[in-house]
Amino acid sequence: MAETLAIADNLDALESEAIHIFREVAGEFDRPVILFSGGKDSTLLLHLAIKAFWPAPVPFALLHVDTGHNFPEVIEFRDKVVAEHGLRLEVAAVQEWIDDGRLQERPDGTRNPLQTVPLLDSITAHKFDAVFGGGRRDEERARAKERIFSLRNAFGQWEPRRQRPELWNLYNGRHRPGEHVRVFPLSNWTELDVWHYIERENIELPQIYYAHEREVYLRDGMWLAEGPWGGPRDGETLVRKTVRYRTVGDGSCTGAVESTAATIADVIAEVAASRLTERGATRADDRMSEAAMEDRKREGYF
Amino acid sequence: MSQLLRLATAGSVDDGKSTLVGRLLYDTKSVLADTLDAVHRASADRGLSTPDLSLLVDGLRSEREQGITIDVAYRYFATPKRSFVLADTPGHVQYTRNTVTGASTAQLGVLLVDARNGVVEQTRRHAAVLALLGVPQLVLAVNKIDLVGYDEQTYRRIAKEFTAHATELGYPESNVVTIPVSALVGDNVVDRSDQTPWYDGPTLLEHLENVPVHADAEDAPFRFPVQYVIRPRTAEFPDYRGYAGQIAAGKVSVGDEVVVLPSGISTTVTGIDSPHGPKQSAESGESVTLLLADDVDISRGDLIAAASAPPRLSDEFDATLCWLGDKPLRPGARVLVKHGARTVQALVTELRSRFDEQTLSSVDGPESLSLNDIGRVVVRSAEQLPIDDYADSRRTGAFLVIDPADGSTLAGGLVGAPLSQLDQPELTEADPAAQDLVSPGP
Repeated sequence: MAETLAIADNLDALESEAIHIFREVAGEFDRPVILFSGGKDSTLLLHLAIKAFWPAPVPFALLHVDTGHNFPEVIEFRDKVVAEHGLRLEVAAVQEWIDDGRLQERPDGTRNPLQTVPLLDSITAHKFDAVFGGGRRDEERARAKERIFSLRNAFGQWEPRRQRPELWNLYNGRHRPGEHVRVFPLSNWTELDVWHYIERENIELPQIYYAHEREVYLRDGMWLAEGPWGGPRDGETLVRKTVRYRTVGDGSCTGAVESTAATIADVIAEVAASRLTERGATRADDRMSEAAMEDRKREGYF
Repeated sequence: MSQLLRLATAGSVDDGKSTLVGRLLYDTKSVLADTLDAVHRASADRGLSTPDLSLLVDGLRSEREQGITIDVAYRYFATPKRSFVLADTPGHVQYTRNTVTGASTAQLGVLLVDARNGVVEQTRRHAAVLALLGVPQLVLAVNKIDLVGYDEQTYRRIAKEFTAHATELGYPESNVVTIPVSALVGDNVVDRSDQTPWYDGPTLLEHLENVPVHADAEDAPFRFPVQYVIRPRTAEFPDYRGYAGQIAAGKVSVGDEVVVLPSGISTTVTGIDSPHGPKQSAESGESVTLLLADDVDISRGDLIAAASAPPRLSDEFDATLCWLGDKPLRPGARVLVKHGARTVQALVTELRSRFDEQTLSSVDGPESLSLNDIGRVVVRSAEQLPIDDYADSRRTGAFLVIDPADGSTLAGGLVGAPLSQLDQPELTEADPAAQDLVSPGP
């Protein structure tokens, strides 16, 4: 009983804080946009944005940086949600940048690091001045250091030593032309908070978050799905397994976990008992070095 | 009782703060296997035989290289009793601005000292910052108790000195707790130590789980900065006009008389929409949308307040600034002030005094305030602001000072004279009460 109360109280506080952040951005910026991939964090962001402005429509557009290595179920879900709420979706497709020579495919085939240029180009082209992301400080050590309003220079770079102090709940959204602010309303949420809230609000997610059968192959200790990102290679064999995804991102580096959790309640039980972090379990790109996330963020990545 | 506790840590460099936070996460099983593996690997790479728990929290490349904490980081952990948001702040003098950042929202401050060194200048400085920012509860962790052979007398001496210092800063003794710990070994952080049989108080975690915390300004008069006006103009809601914001202080109920500032127009609350639908009343911390009886002109930046106890309207006021800018503040500086949801042009017309953390007294008439200085100033704003004293409301008594040229945050501002409360009176033999204050007796 005490535990249930603690969770409810905590979720109310987190929800209230996120709504405050959305309204603050709507009041201070000219052209905000929500990064939306159809994953659980951005779906949660959208749910909170809808609450923040109800009964008026969400006053922001959505932007998806599409690596071309998506799970079809997620793209289908993305388009359904956009249509349901009558939202405007901009898509920045990495493939277009590769086709016209602004980007080059990497030798390892992963396109996750290639998202940075299309993201920054889109921010410039659309003159977006505030960009909402679903990043949480519990995800990664470098994220733990990030402010809720995070100023980026004209190159989209994060400079950890020059971050603005963030005092009380007074957020400073000032920026010069060319600069923009990344905004993280879910900063203070943990993976478990996200799932408890999804349960409480009964938020629909792409089905790949729940246990299903899928053909996967093992690479670097992770179960990857077959797809246009290249795999299985020689020596890697496809096997059929019951799996689910803890995160959805670029298919070339997002692994599935073996799981029989078929409902939200099952997932909560599994996450609560898990001995692996969300990103550690399923993201190959964070394993490249001790400071992989920090280095990518300095380049303008989310 | 609130089930979410926001706390901030502070302490000098090398007092073992990161290790303490690492220990808290480790012993509450808030660290997962892959993160731990990474720490084991990194510790081995550095030639260490036991895992360095500080690597759990020092996340930036330069922090790991230098073995120090540079920037405030937020950590999350939970027990069946409570969820915790911990602001882990650096100890270096040049990063005091991060201590201010962590302390601005904290309900409890954990200060660390090295048992071998006791209370040092940084301890006094950090305790003063926590007191100034109105952090209601203090904990002193007397760390590295194993390195003084678990000596009770050493602990008692430090505990007494610190408690005396904290009460001088205005803390009631019941809000100050001292605990002998070893973050490295794990004594009294989460698990009770066999090595300190003379200590019968709580472990650090037990205290964090049980300390009473009140939501900010729960009992204060109602304060509601209007963030955004919601006007759907849709077929379903053609006439809806709601004022969205987060309640900064107090409570509001349908039927309450309120006043809109700065215009001074009075009206009545006819509805409260919340994330869970319409409500009859709401309190401090909730993000809601208010519906009002009269179609008054209200926009972002206005403040809706209890008609019976409105804040004062002022365009010239005393304030205490925690100066966080690289360039020093000089009298006559043109700045922006962000108060609630309103940003106005302002002048800092006068520098009255600068706080000396070492002597806990003011130095009058400084020429400037530099990075990390705390001082009393006079602010003149281009428009009237509805302000409360910081001592009465941590939300409506606070403001940001922003550089109009580059948009950087120059200072945290506290309305009124909270700094003067830290000033110690001149001691004279004719004032025995003041003597008692600094020498609490044998």
